[in-house]
Amino acid sequence: MKPTPLTPHLRSTAYSSVYPPAEDTFLLLDVLEEHVTSHVTSPLICLEIGSGSGAVTTFIKSLYPGAFCLAVDINPVASRATRETARLNAQDIDVVCSDLGSGLEMLYGKVDLLVFNPPYVVTESTEVSNGGIEASWAGGIDGREVIDRFLPRARKFLAPSGVFYLVGVQENRPEEICTSVPGLIGCIVATRKAGREKLWVIKFTRNKQESNSS
Amino acid sequence: KIKILMMEAVVSTQSTGFNPDFISRMLSRLDWTVFVQSANLLGVGEGLPDMLPEDQDFDDEDVLKKIHHALLEVEVIEGELECPETGRKFPISKGIPDLRLNEDEK
Repeated sequence: MKPTPLTPHLRSTAYSSVYPPAEDTFLLLDVLEEHVTSHVTSPLICLEIGSGSGAVTTFIKSLYPGAFCLAVDINPVASRATRETARLNAQDIDVVCSDLGSGLEMLYGKVDLLVFNPPYVVTESTEVSNGGIEASWAGGIDGREVIDRFLPRARKFLAPSGVFYLVGVQENRPEEICTSVPGLIGCIVATRKAGREKLWVIKFTRNKQESNSS
Repeated sequence: KIKILMMEAVVSTQSTGFNPDFISRMLSRLDWTVFVQSANLLGVGEGLPDMLPEDQDFDDEDVLKKIHHALLEVEVIEGELECPETGRKFPISKGIPDLRLNEDEK
């Protein structure tokens, strides 16, 4: 089992707006480790949206040292934390500060492994996108507002054989999410109870019939 | 929209393991023109062909090493990206490009 990346720097108040690794992070890491054993082809380009502490992308790079790994976060403090996490764990990754990957359209159709642990907590709509640490968990109505904004882009980012992993909780209605994106097929590959949260991870692939177009 | 012209860059170079297989696989995913343009702006474009040969089995190791260097070993730490269409500049600070738009630009 690969060790979880260390994030001692997150104890500093400079990183107080950054979501430290928690149960949802660990579930995703477990799924990704499992992914390695079940997928023969190594991804060339990996993209994480909402990298937060950077633990996930750093971990992905340790699983696939030959891959180009890019981590995106809307919070510039999280972007810096991500870069630091990679550095502390001796992994070479690239980091960009962007809103859900906007500005990275040159990666459309090229991402082999796409990952997003979104703000999924059910909150008032007004709490979404307020920046700071809240942006890392406030998901608005049904905890779906940021997820739903990103899902169409996920389809665009994925290479024809690309895979996209998304994390959430039961309140987000995962069964509905699995079939809500034209061009993507999703299925729940892992669930875990963590305190009051019932976490899930959905794995999406591109709909084969569609993969001939673009 | 975006990108990519870099100007006045503070650049860091770090050597990393050369993996010819990775470079070859990446070639088909690169916008070659933009890549060469960027490499030239950073002063590491010498020896890069203007166009990639049609032949997918590109194995000239010298050129692969130059591509490796420009692609993986040179990094902009402080600088700017400029969108060629709008002229909008995006800062790069501590190695991180900031691509966020202002409210009125969305």
